[in-house]
Amino acid sequence: MFAYYLELAFRGLNRNRVLTALMVLAVALGIGACMTTLTVLHVLSGDPLPGRSGSLYYPQLDPRDMDAYTPGVEPPGQLSWIDGMYLLRAKRAKRQALMTGGMVPLQPEQASIDPYHSEARYTTADFFPMFGVPLQYGTAWGDAEDQSKARVVVISAELNNKLFGGKNSVGKTLRLQATDFRIIGVMGDWRPNPHFYDLYMGSYADYEEVYVPLSTARDLHMDHDGSTDCWGNGNTGGQDNLEKAPCTWLQFWVELDDPSSVAAYRSFLQHYSEDQRTAGRFERPVNIRLRNVREWLEFKQVVPSDARLQAWLALGFLVVCLINTVGLMLAKFMRRAAELGVRRALGASRRALFGQLLMESGVIGLVGGLLGLVLALVGLWAVRQQPSDYAKLAHMDAAMLLLTFIVSVVASTLAGVLPAWRACRVAPALQLKAQ
Amino acid sequence: MDIRPILITLRRHKFTCCLLVLQIAFTCAIVCNTIFLIGQRLDRMHVVSGIAEQELVYVELADIGTRTDGDARIAADLAGLQSIPGVKAAALLNQLPFNLGSDNFDVRTDPAQRIAPLNAAQYMGENLVKTLGVRLEEGRDLRPEEYIDLSAVNTLLSQKQYDKLPAVVLITRAMADRLWPGQEALGKQIYVGQGLPFTVVGVMANLIRPGMDRMGPGVQYSTVWPIRMPMLSGTAYAIRCAAQDCDQVLKTALVKLKKLDPNRIVLEKDTMEQHRSDFFQNDRAMTGILVAVCIALLVVTSLGIVGLASFWVSQRNRSIGVRRALGATRGNILRYFQTENFLLTTMGIALGMVLAYGINLFLIVHYELPRMPVTYFPVGALILWAIGQAAVLGPALRAAAVPPVVATRTV
Repeated sequence: MFAYYLELAFRGLNRNRVLTALMVLAVALGIGACMTTLTVLHVLSGDPLPGRSGSLYYPQLDPRDMDAYTPGVEPPGQLSWIDGMYLLRAKRAKRQALMTGGMVPLQPEQASIDPYHSEARYTTADFFPMFGVPLQYGTAWGDAEDQSKARVVVISAELNNKLFGGKNSVGKTLRLQATDFRIIGVMGDWRPNPHFYDLYMGSYADYEEVYVPLSTARDLHMDHDGSTDCWGNGNTGGQDNLEKAPCTWLQFWVELDDPSSVAAYRSFLQHYSEDQRTAGRFERPVNIRLRNVREWLEFKQVVPSDARLQAWLALGFLVVCLINTVGLMLAKFMRRAAELGVRRALGASRRALFGQLLMESGVIGLVGGLLGLVLALVGLWAVRQQPSDYAKLAHMDAAMLLLTFIVSVVASTLAGVLPAWRACRVAPALQLKAQ
Repeated sequence: MDIRPILITLRRHKFTCCLLVLQIAFTCAIVCNTIFLIGQRLDRMHVVSGIAEQELVYVELADIGTRTDGDARIAADLAGLQSIPGVKAAALLNQLPFNLGSDNFDVRTDPAQRIAPLNAAQYMGENLVKTLGVRLEEGRDLRPEEYIDLSAVNTLLSQKQYDKLPAVVLITRAMADRLWPGQEALGKQIYVGQGLPFTVVGVMANLIRPGMDRMGPGVQYSTVWPIRMPMLSGTAYAIRCAAQDCDQVLKTALVKLKKLDPNRIVLEKDTMEQHRSDFFQNDRAMTGILVAVCIALLVVTSLGIVGLASFWVSQRNRSIGVRRALGATRGNILRYFQTENFLLTTMGIALGMVLAYGINLFLIVHYELPRMPVTYFPVGALILWAIGQAAVLGPALRAAAVPPVVATRTV
């Protein structure tokens, strides 16, 4: 019976071609728009480090003065040098890394490539094991290099391809900030999205090409980029004075594996803040935060509001398209009232008619969904042509593909329920008489 | 025309009518809000900058190594740039209008104020007013003898020799009106940092502040300081030229700067017009999407109206024939369907207005948008009426063409 209904449904598509085409088009447009925007949202709100992000935490302190203080205010999103170094050296977490970003002049040996400003991350040894950064050649640096301000660098796979044709470049020299650096490691493919560990360089920023020890970067006066928030008289000594200035400009991440260590770390932060307050360095009441990756991304609202607005718009559009389809489907079914009346008179039950009509609407949904999928792929291609920094990430994955199908079939079947129910309630006698 | 027979007929198709009304309502609500959003974006993109955009190019440089002769280098660069034919003025600025990020600080009118009344952008660089082409409404420009180096400012601040700082500043009209509504701003003091006073000596008509996050209210809150910039990250040479020479001037300037010191990287270079256009690229893309959604919605809805109206016309073929046989003119039949559509659209619009208001409230809460002005409601209504009438015209004409003889046929 199912196969027969299916066949009937496909034949039904051929009847009233214009109406059917309108319905399929409406479903396809709605589904296409919806899936394009939902895929963008899905990509943007993804987990940057699946499996790891749950145990990574971002401590925040409030070292500011009482100027413009209001109770319940959020502490700054970054740490000052003094606090960052203290927390780093305290080593109270399983792993911890202090970091910031900047642009560094890079002079390639090849004459064919002009010197340029390369995006750099200045960080400490635990960055690599804590974030699970894969290395295709060599190793990352350790505490010793951090201590000795070693001129060592880990480079991205992309830079390695650009400068060394993808070959093992460990041991070679890279000239940064007019200084020779020894390459000790080459990263594999690693680009967590969003760029969670430093959202101040752009949430979906381009990835850093060079990674150098924070101590080395400060020693060589490497340029610091991103956000610097100061209080009091601010930073009066330029970038070289940032260590002493009342400013926050560093990101600090810790790895805490279980709830008890999270609680222990929280109380450590609490005690540190209280001590600093007693010592007179902090003026505000103790105000700490310890968010994990997901909470931090949510708090910073990394998903652009335009992307969310587009998703709402598309949802509204889908609703209009579906109402449109319900109306047209009803028209299509009612036009066949006479035929349905004959079938009823010949003994078909209401249930049988209902099933048949529902199958027909399901088939319209299926065809519309297929077309919608094509439209969504076109839509995503269009999104990738846009200028936003996240645009190039807009690709459909298996989960979204499956969701597209489910949404389209469910939506149009739902849209078919009402018309099918109305149409199968025709009074056979009346229809036969009208003939 | 008597609308009672139409209403009675519609009552027999309650379900279909409800669907159509609902669809028109949703379309009307979304279209109203989308047009409003488009208007918001256009306002943003057409913000007044207060600078001579067509007459400006800029170059941002970075040194490869650490240099010691920075100030001499800059003086030579500026002299070199000014010697290029067609260049009217040049300056090294700490930040440019239409940069994505910005340097800002709190401004107080009384050092005892706990919460600063406003936050403004901080522009620095000798010869800024002339180079950017900012118009002074009142007072005077900063004088050459008032300028000091940024490094000297930092030294004075760290030694707490506040009295040796140059105590003058330029502000914009928007700032003056906000700080001292209805009063003369010239000669008044603003307080910065730990209560350091600066005297307003000039009021600029407009000067847009940089920073994507600073668009919106207070977009004209900018100040200009008598501070000479060294080459730092973010500083850029702004060059004023006649609009038609700018492309050539930019090319010559790059060659000249490279010749003066090849050991540098050009980070960014462009015309100010392009810089502005890049700044608003996301808004432009979003506007395009909003317009596309609007059109798609209206097309789908009008196709829906066409589909349903055609269905009704074919369903009522016989009764139309009867009416024609009983003396109704073609015009009567045409107007019948047009009025029917008008009634349904009006119901849809009425419901749509309520929905539009609801959606606007949602946007206000979640996207910090202002309240939609009431003028947008009639715009949405007019569009929907027009679309409805246009969509129903075809089926209605077909209905009017039904010959009276249909009434005598059995099927």
